[in-house]
Amino acid sequence: MLAGPRTSLTNLLVHPLAKPALWGLCAVPMVVLIGRALADQLGANPAEALIRETGEWALRWLWACLAITPLRQVLQLPALLRFRRALGVTAFVYGVIHLLAYAGLDQGWQLDAIVKDVLKRNFILVGVLAMLAMTPLALTSFNRAVRALGGRRWQALHRWVYAVAVLVLLHFFWMKSGKNDFGEVAVYGAVLAALLGWRFGRWARTVQ
Amino acid sequence: MIRIPQPHEPLPSEITPRAAYEGRRVWLQQAGALAAAAGGLGSLGDPAQAAAPALTPRAGKLDALAAVRGTTPGSVVMDKLTPYEDVTTYNNFYEFGTDKSDPAEYAHTLRTRPWSLSIEGEVGKPLKLGLDDLLKAGAMEERIYRLRCVEGWSMVIPWVGYSLSTLIRRAEPTSRAKFVEFTTLADPKQMPGVRSSVLDWPYVEGLRIDEAMHPLTLMAFGLYGEILPKQNGAPLRLVVPWKYGFKSAKSIVRIRLVERQPVSSWTRAAPSEYGFYSNVNPKVDHPRWSQATERRIGDGGLFAPRRPTLMFNGYEAQVASMYAGMDLRKFY
Repeated sequence: MLAGPRTSLTNLLVHPLAKPALWGLCAVPMVVLIGRALADQLGANPAEALIRETGEWALRWLWACLAITPLRQVLQLPALLRFRRALGVTAFVYGVIHLLAYAGLDQGWQLDAIVKDVLKRNFILVGVLAMLAMTPLALTSFNRAVRALGGRRWQALHRWVYAVAVLVLLHFFWMKSGKNDFGEVAVYGAVLAALLGWRFGRWARTVQ
Repeated sequence: MIRIPQPHEPLPSEITPRAAYEGRRVWLQQAGALAAAAGGLGSLGDPAQAAAPALTPRAGKLDALAAVRGTTPGSVVMDKLTPYEDVTTYNNFYEFGTDKSDPAEYAHTLRTRPWSLSIEGEVGKPLKLGLDDLLKAGAMEERIYRLRCVEGWSMVIPWVGYSLSTLIRRAEPTSRAKFVEFTTLADPKQMPGVRSSVLDWPYVEGLRIDEAMHPLTLMAFGLYGEILPKQNGAPLRLVVPWKYGFKSAKSIVRIRLVERQPVSSWTRAAPSEYGFYSNVNPKVDHPRWSQATERRIGDGGLFAPRRPTLMFNGYEAQVASMYAGMDLRKFY
């Protein structure tokens, strides 16, 4: 890549408005969903539509977060790192909304029904596990938490994100397997394989 | 005489839901127009006519299909109707894709004319009927049935059709006819989903002969006063209101009376999950989810709670006797 475009791209990425712009972008799907809900445009089963959309967006934001490090190195754009936290936190927030929508809209906040359902439906159990595994990462996403833990320990803790991603994919795969409908799962699976495969390759080279 | 209310009967407080009084309003308007047209000939005073129940107003989308209100016990439930828009955009019809929005999007390629249905197998008089003959083979009735999908959602749909028994009797089943097998169209040129291997095509369903001959078992040709939309199984489909929706095969081309229990497509795909009977039963869960409750489509929107699922989908009084003595956990 030529130095010129990369420099101007870096200038864009370090612009003071770049982060607020990303936060705004992260909010767009939720704003659109709320708008559709208010306009009664979520289709015949609005609760199901809202639950599915928020879940799928949580997955997409998590994948975007995992793409930062490979893109940063492949494109030689270190400034991309500035956006990783926002993407991870956004994935978590969409996941929380997804979980709350399930508990409230689908299960009517009936705790006994939720417990039974989580134990009955494996894919929901896996989704709950993914959210539980992601919670410590979200809680230690602040600068103070990074300092308190120390960089090395923080990094070790945040490697959990790979396990979270695998659980999220399994959750989605099992949900779709009810209809043998693996088209979307294959796409997300291939992207995740590329993102994790790149990391594995890098690790293998350092070991040699 | 003491009248003991049956469990399937509505409470007196539930007796006049919206669909009914809206229907009455429409009837009153029609009656008013009729009286005006009759110019005081006294037709309004006819008690038989005054008692005639109203039909659901037409959707105004497709050709009309005339009918009278069904009179078979259980054939008109009082629940609020699911709006036409929801009935025709939220469908499971895998021949057009597995997403519930796929049938509404892709079913326009289905050709419903010419269409023929053959009735064969253990019958004295095998038949092959064209659509026009089929439309005339029985007196069209409007039947308002609950439809409960195995996935845990439900609708209330005003179907138009006649009892399947009317059709089967014409073929004169023999004493060896113990079951009925339904085969539906599977033409990859008209149905893009048939190219996927999600199920073994063609889609096959089956009923025991007494289930098939039950007066509530409907051969439906329409809904909301009009011919069936393609995504709902045009030009003719089965509706078995006390069984999970997948038993109600769509776009049927062959009915075969057989001696042995047929293997339905879903049983073939996952025998431990989808049994031959598949009667709606809140006490027998699907192996992967509970069947105790359901989400009623088009009733209350985003924050509507799920509602309890009824035994035999609320048709217990009409159909339970067919399963007397059977272990419904074993024969799921």
